[in-house]
This record gives sequence, C-alpha cells and structure tokens, in this order.
Amino acid sequence: MMWGAREHHRFEAAGQAFVYLVPSAAIFAVDEAADSVLRRLAERPQTHDELTAALGGDLGPTLTELVRVQAIAEVERPAPPTPRIIPLAPFPLTTMVLNVTNQCNLSCTYCYEYGEDKIVDTENGKQPKFMSEETARESVDFMLREAGDNKTAHVTFFGGETLLNFPVLKKTIEYARRRGAEAGKAVDFSLTTNATLLKPEVIEFLAEQNVGVTISIDGPREVQDKFRVFNNGAGSYEIVAPKIKELLRRHRTRPIGARVTLTSANLDVKRIYRHLTEEIGFWEVGFAPVTTAPGRTHAIGEDGYDRMLDQFRDLAQEFLEFSVANRHHGFSNVKETLEELHKGVSKAFPCGAGLGLLGVATDGDVALCHRFAGSDAHKVGTVATGIDRDAQRQFLERHHIANKTDCSVCWARPLCSGGCYHEAHTRYGDTSHANLHYCEWIRGWTEVCLKVYGELSVRNPAFLAQFDREEMGEKVS
Amino acid sequence: MTHLKPVNRKAVRIEEATKPENDVVALQRTGPSLVPHFPIGCSLVFSPGWEADRTGGTAGLCQPVERDLFDCHIGCYWPAQVPDQLNHAPDWTAKCAAAQKDWRKIDLIFP
Repeated sequence: MMWGAREHHRFEAAGQAFVYLVPSAAIFAVDEAADSVLRRLAERPQTHDELTAALGGDLGPTLTELVRVQAIAEVERPAPPTPRIIPLAPFPLTTMVLNVTNQCNLSCTYCYEYGEDKIVDTENGKQPKFMSEETARESVDFMLREAGDNKTAHVTFFGGETLLNFPVLKKTIEYARRRGAEAGKAVDFSLTTNATLLKPEVIEFLAEQNVGVTISIDGPREVQDKFRVFNNGAGSYEIVAPKIKELLRRHRTRPIGARVTLTSANLDVKRIYRHLTEEIGFWEVGFAPVTTAPGRTHAIGEDGYDRMLDQFRDLAQEFLEFSVANRHHGFSNVKETLEELHKGVSKAFPCGAGLGLLGVATDGDVALCHRFAGSDAHKVGTVATGIDRDAQRQFLERHHIANKTDCSVCWARPLCSGGCYHEAHTRYGDTSHANLHYCEWIRGWTEVCLKVYGELSVRNPAFLAQFDREEMGEKVS
Repeated sequence: MTHLKPVNRKAVRIEEATKPENDVVALQRTGPSLVPHFPIGCSLVFSPGWEADRTGGTAGLCQPVERDLFDCHIGCYWPAQVPDQLNHAPDWTAKCAAAQKDWRKIDLIFP
C-alpha cells in the first residue's frame, strides 16, 4: 500500500516542527518521527517498507496518527472534493454597515468610493447624498429582524465621511437602543471616520454612548498629506492630529484603532506604526493595501508587496516578543490572523459579506457589504422588503471556494478563500475571481503568522486563550 | 496521540472526533482507516441483495447472514438478534477466533 501526503504546510517555530493541515486548518506539533515521515511523503508517495528502510524503527503508530488527522492517506484514496455547502437561509445578520452618507469632505486620491475605481456614481446617481432618519430607522428594524437568535447586533456607521451625517447617526443610536431592548437584543455601535469632524461634542457623545471608533489615517504628516487631502489639495494631518489626540484622551471606554491604507508611495509600515502608537497614542493599528485597478500609480506592485511583507514580518516579530512578555502590542493585522489560526477557521467564503454582514446604502438598498452599497449589480434586497433570498443564494453559490479553481491547490485557502470581493471586482471586474495578484503576499503573511502562532503556543500558550472568548462583529475597512 | 500534539482548537476537535476507543468495528479492521463506518446491508441504506436474493430466498445473498452479527450487533446500534451470551450460550463464539476466517463456525442455537 502506497502512502502519500495530503495537503499541508509545514513550518518551524520555537525550534520545533508544526503542520498546518489543509483544508481542515488544524495545527499540530509533530515530533521527529512524524516530521520525517511527512517530509518524505511530501516528496513522493512511498510504501510502509520504503519508509521503514529509510527511517528505521517502528513507524506503524506514527503512520496511524498521521492518517487519523488526514495528514497522509493511501494514494489510491484521493482527498474528497471540497463540500459545496451553502449556509442555510435565513442566516443571522451579525453586522450591518450603514452608509449614512456617500459624501466626503476629503478627496483622498486612492479612495475606492470616489477615486478612479468607484463603482457607484455618488454625485449624479439615484441615491440621496445623506441617509434620512426614516431610512436609518427602517434599517435598524431590518437588522433586528434579520439578526435571528443572535443576542447582539452590531451596527457600523460608514460613509463617505460618517460624521457629515452626525444628526442621523445620533438619532439612529437612540432608536436602535430602544428597539433592541424591546427585541431583547443588545446593540453594539462602531464607526469609521477621517477624524476631521471630531468636535468636542461629538467626542463626548461617542465616549458616552460607548461607540467603537476606527480612524482612517495614513501616518505622519508627509505620509498622510500625500493622499488624504481636502478638495483644494491641502493635507489633512494638521486638522486631524489634535482631534484624534483629544478623542483618545476623552474616549476611554473602548480601544480606538487606526486604519492605514498602504500605497506604492507609502510603504514604511514600521515608521507609520511607531508614529500612530507612540506619538499619537492609538491602541492598535491595522494596515490594508490600497484597492485599485492594476496600473494606477498608487497601486502596489510585486516588489511593493515584498517590501510590505518584510516590514510586516519585523512588526510581527515585535508583536511576538511583546506577547510573550504579556505586554500589549497594537499591530492588529497579526492579532486578527492569530485569532483565525487559533480557531482553525476554514472559510468557504473570504468574509461575511452577503452572509453575516450586509451594507446599507443611503436609500436603504442592501448590498453585499459597504463597499458595494448603492450598486444595483450587487444588491441583495432593501431594508423595507428584506433580503432577496434568491439573489443571496445565487451569490453564495457562485462565490463558494469550491468554484475557485485557482485556490484549489493553495495551502493558504482556509484563511484567504480567494480574498476580498471588492478587490477582485476592481482588479478583474468580477467579484468571484480569486485575487491572484496578491497570492504570494498572502502565503508569505500566513507563514509569518503561523510562526508567531507556533512560538506563542510554546512560549506563552495563555496568550492564545484570549481568542477563546465570544465572537465579535466583523471588522470593516 | 504521541507523535502529534494538537495545538489549535480545530486540532483538538479533530483529535476528539477521531478517538478510536470503543470502536469495535474499527478494531477489527486491518490497517488504519478513517472512512466513516456504514454497516453493510444496513436498513438505513439501500442495499439490494442483502435482505433477500433474486428468488426471494436467502440462499444466494451477496453477504452471508452472519454478517450482521459483526456489523449490526457489534458495531451498530441496530438490534440484531443474537443468542443470550451471558446466561444461555456463553460459548457461542468460542470457535470463532477471527471473524473474517471463522464466521462459518458460529452455529445456530436451539433453546
């Protein structure tokens, strides 16, 4: 009988070998015997006798254990195809992203909503520029209806610049708290803002109402002012920095994060991180490469992804050392990936869009996520009439990982699952396309995180126990 | 497991889900296998040729009727009818050391 290795990714951490099994996403530490067997079988299929001749000793128990976790199998028994299981409807809604306006007081050149790659015409399109109070109320009712048995519903306010519609935001929170209480559900609020409109009374309100805040900011002055500019081209750093400091001083009830867009001209990850945490005082910083069509000047090319990975790796190493010492480190990218690795998520879909997360446009149209809000082609209902189950089902069937042939041979697919629909739409004009331009980056980054995870599992396993806590709403960027 | 140590939650779940203890059928198999056990000829699956042969009798079955002793009676929750091995027929399987070879030696019991 010939034994062959099933899909897996071997990595080393803390002087030890580990395997990340695909597609189960299980992580096992392997001893020398199991490691040797797996490495030989990864080269080519072999019989028990061949393995014994090469490695010596009684390999029976090792083989049995490797078979048991499906790290290896008889070669005549191919791995079963990916089960194409579409979640049963109605799938409970966890996070509703409310685009309270599609207008913005900044004109960031790379913006996916206003820049060259925008999907929806926010100037002359059919949507109102601001969401009305009535639509917001309808949205809240829609969310509570669709939340199913979930005890908590998350509302994320988004834009445009969210705070341009502060009056409706305020009223919506009040209404949602009341309606949530009647429905026996807690409602959690967060928002994303560019910080230009963080007036003292706004900060006071956000702190009092326990609203989670994410600030879009790119880093120190010269970095921020390169893309994050006002209509007249003036940079925004001068305006936002003092306001953010005031927010961080006053709003202590929830950790406040920065969300950085990386571009070809802005890849100094470590310097940005230092500035935002040490000089500004953010609790955590998350980085995301800009979403663009290929060929744009700010698009990140292949060498850019390499540079980004080197810096992410350094910062992840720092995260590791801090975490071993039980100190907080604010590099949120690594933390999010560690959480997924710890749970062993193996995704049929890259994110919750169209499933547990939906975006609502200013007119109450429901889209896959906030990035598609207002786009008729990506509409899955309205807040008044509910989710269009047929459209939702068609979307899920078309975007299942089992359809992504490119991904079927990639060991990083349990986490990546093809990547962002919006990124794919912008890059390839097709939401169901795998994001092939950043495969190397994803695999590189997953490898970095696996190593950090392996190190932590040996050097400070208690740190990982924090990920056993309750599920949170999905992050939005 | 001694050669593999589960590290993340999924690995722990896989280890628990594949625990071999008390799985009599699995113990009778040779070589490792992780295919879920489905009793052959089980009434839960469509398996023509098991309950009756093509003439309606039991002489030409695809599987000997003794098959259910080791599949339905031992491995499955389905109650196959077997002698009372505690009181009445303690030595009923005495001559059957290895089921694969010796199943013919299990005899009928007459009260």
